[in-house]
Amino acid sequence: MGPINWHTFFFYLYALVACGFAVAVVISTSIVRMALYLIVALGATAGLFFLAGADFVGAMQLMIYVGGTLVLLIFGVMLTAQGPLVSLRTTGGDWIVAMLLAGCLAALLIPAGLTVSSWHTGHPVTTAEKDAQDVQTVLVSTTIAHGVPTAGGLPDADSNGIPDKQPITAAPLGMGLLGARVDKLGDVPEALRPGMSGYLLPFEVISVHLLVVLVGAAYLARSKRRAPNR
Amino acid sequence: MAEALANYLWPWLAYLSVGLLQCVLLLLVPFVGAMFFVWVERKVSARIQDRLGPTRCGGKFGWLQLLADGLKLITKEDLRPGDADAVLFRIAPYISFCASFAALLALPFSNGWVAQNLDVGVFFILAVLGLEVFGVILAGYASASKWSLFGAMREAAQVVSYEVPLGMCVVVPVLITGSMNLVTIGQMQAGFFTQWLVFHDPFTFITFWVYFTCATASVNRAPFDLAEAESELVAGFHTEYSGFRWLAFFMAEYGSMFAVSGLAAILFFGGWNGPIPITSMLGLTPENGPVLAWIGNLLGLFNFIFKCVLGVTFMVWVRWTLPRLRIDQVMQVCLKYCTPIAAVMFLGATCWTYLLPGGVGLRAMPYAQRYVTSAPADAAAELDRIATTRVARGGE
Amino acid sequence: MQILTQSVGVSHYLVVGAVLFISGVVCMAVKRNALGVLMGIELVLNGANVNFVAFGSKFLRSDSAYALGLDGQLISLFVIVLAAAEAAVALAITLNFYNNHSTVDVDRADELKG
Repeated sequence: MGPINWHTFFFYLYALVACGFAVAVVISTSIVRMALYLIVALGATAGLFFLAGADFVGAMQLMIYVGGTLVLLIFGVMLTAQGPLVSLRTTGGDWIVAMLLAGCLAALLIPAGLTVSSWHTGHPVTTAEKDAQDVQTVLVSTTIAHGVPTAGGLPDADSNGIPDKQPITAAPLGMGLLGARVDKLGDVPEALRPGMSGYLLPFEVISVHLLVVLVGAAYLARSKRRAPNR
Repeated sequence: MAEALANYLWPWLAYLSVGLLQCVLLLLVPFVGAMFFVWVERKVSARIQDRLGPTRCGGKFGWLQLLADGLKLITKEDLRPGDADAVLFRIAPYISFCASFAALLALPFSNGWVAQNLDVGVFFILAVLGLEVFGVILAGYASASKWSLFGAMREAAQVVSYEVPLGMCVVVPVLITGSMNLVTIGQMQAGFFTQWLVFHDPFTFITFWVYFTCATASVNRAPFDLAEAESELVAGFHTEYSGFRWLAFFMAEYGSMFAVSGLAAILFFGGWNGPIPITSMLGLTPENGPVLAWIGNLLGLFNFIFKCVLGVTFMVWVRWTLPRLRIDQVMQVCLKYCTPIAAVMFLGATCWTYLLPGGVGLRAMPYAQRYVTSAPADAAAELDRIATTRVARGGE
Repeated sequence: MQILTQSVGVSHYLVVGAVLFISGVVCMAVKRNALGVLMGIELVLNGANVNFVAFGSKFLRSDSAYALGLDGQLISLFVIVLAAAEAAVALAITLNFYNNHSTVDVDRADELKG
């Protein structure tokens, strides 16, 4: 038996927590418990993002999704969880149809995820690629500390299960949102060349979209006179 | 540290033990910090109120009082209200404590002494500090008491609202240094105290004060402590908590105060760099060997902890000086004062960095040459360095 | 314990994403509480995000040149932002419904008259 690959260990930990608590959301009956289980499941998903090398996305998931959207959801739960509304049960017939649907989706999605053999194992970073990473980092910015070695982050070349450097994604993501894809300065295969544009237009569209949503939600949720109980 | 240990043990065991050691060291921060800050609070509040504070337990300064209080809290009866949701009631304090502890994971205590050197360190700390609100909401709901729920809702609204100006204030030092990596931001403030970002331009100076206000509101300290207002809601969301669970909430609060003070210290006050660069003057730098570098880092640690304690003491001082704000006043301060001021400071700092990139006076140097550490002065030299070291290593 | 020594690939992440997605769909189908349906939507979007991040990671597949790179992460950032926006509007609608009908039971939302 080889040494424990900590990356794999933490992946299974976070994956089991995320999937387990997601199933618990479905099974649970009390709305407050469901909200708590969802928080844990999405927090574990943020951990999965960190393990895949997407630490900016992971931090964003924690801040915006768990720390924003779910707080909003919890507020909604607290405001409406009165008496009989806390546990609303579903009939057996609905459950059977839902399980059928789940079975069909599972039969479709899970084998599809397992088809491509090059997806079954990870990719330890070789020395040549580490050099390329250093070059890339220097080209991106001369003021960012390039890859301080820590116990966390990417898989490594010596396959001792210990990652070598932290991924640097924040500045390239920012530049990508402004339209400059600084992560694609090296050679890219012909198949991926069309995807090398920046994301400036979606960025602007999303900004306006968020403004519209802000105004709309504030208008919809303004306080009005409450109707008497039925 | 872990790579050095990996030469002696199996690598996976080396990383496990280093990880556990870092966790234990970081757990000491809320535990010891809470005790110390409780003592500071009692003494400072006593002096402000023209009395003495604890003087009997442990001699003139009463420092054993904290130990006595800790023992009392641990040995208290484990109560739970009858209507309370059992699981949620029990788990709520630990959620707050975990959020507060996780924020310390990305906080550098000295140059390179950080549990996880995340490239998005600033963002991560802000994100995790915002998760503390879940413990509060769950505690308020699970206590099955109207007043607890009110306190919890107010606190949640306050924390979430103040995340906006807090984020904008934090973005100003990130903008000036160009990195979200906290170790890099600290390294860029090496040198005399004039290199500290708080003295970089007037906008950053004002941003520090707005940041401190928002941070105080974010950890629910007075004058923004309506959620725990003793005179109004008994004790707010932690009314029904006693003994060790209350201690967990308490440690979470002081741990968060330490974390936001630490963030202010690194972002604005140079982190582990002292006002005078004694470590580089005395030669306690990495070029002179690992032992001297470690001693230099230890001095940096003392610097950092001193700045954090100063920040927390300042929060304690403000608590016992200013009257409490009403919830509508709290929201007003956030939306009508902090957020616009933070936005204007952000704009001002952007314009300042664009028009005067090297700074003014003592700071009038190009960015790339100002840094004492290993940031390369130009790309070509750095690429050569990489090539020669790879060749020298024999392509391993 | 053999399983802990092998490295993790894109397939593992896709299975996790599939489980999250399926839980979300079942949650949307089964829950009577409008907020429960909203939680299902969040799970669905997170399942999709896990897939995007997995495809965008250079370290989870043996042919790393074909990874999406930062495209995967950028798309998942947009998904997170859109999910937050849509959760805000959905909650506003749910609260409006609650204020008008004093219930969040979706089975009672069967009339067009508000």
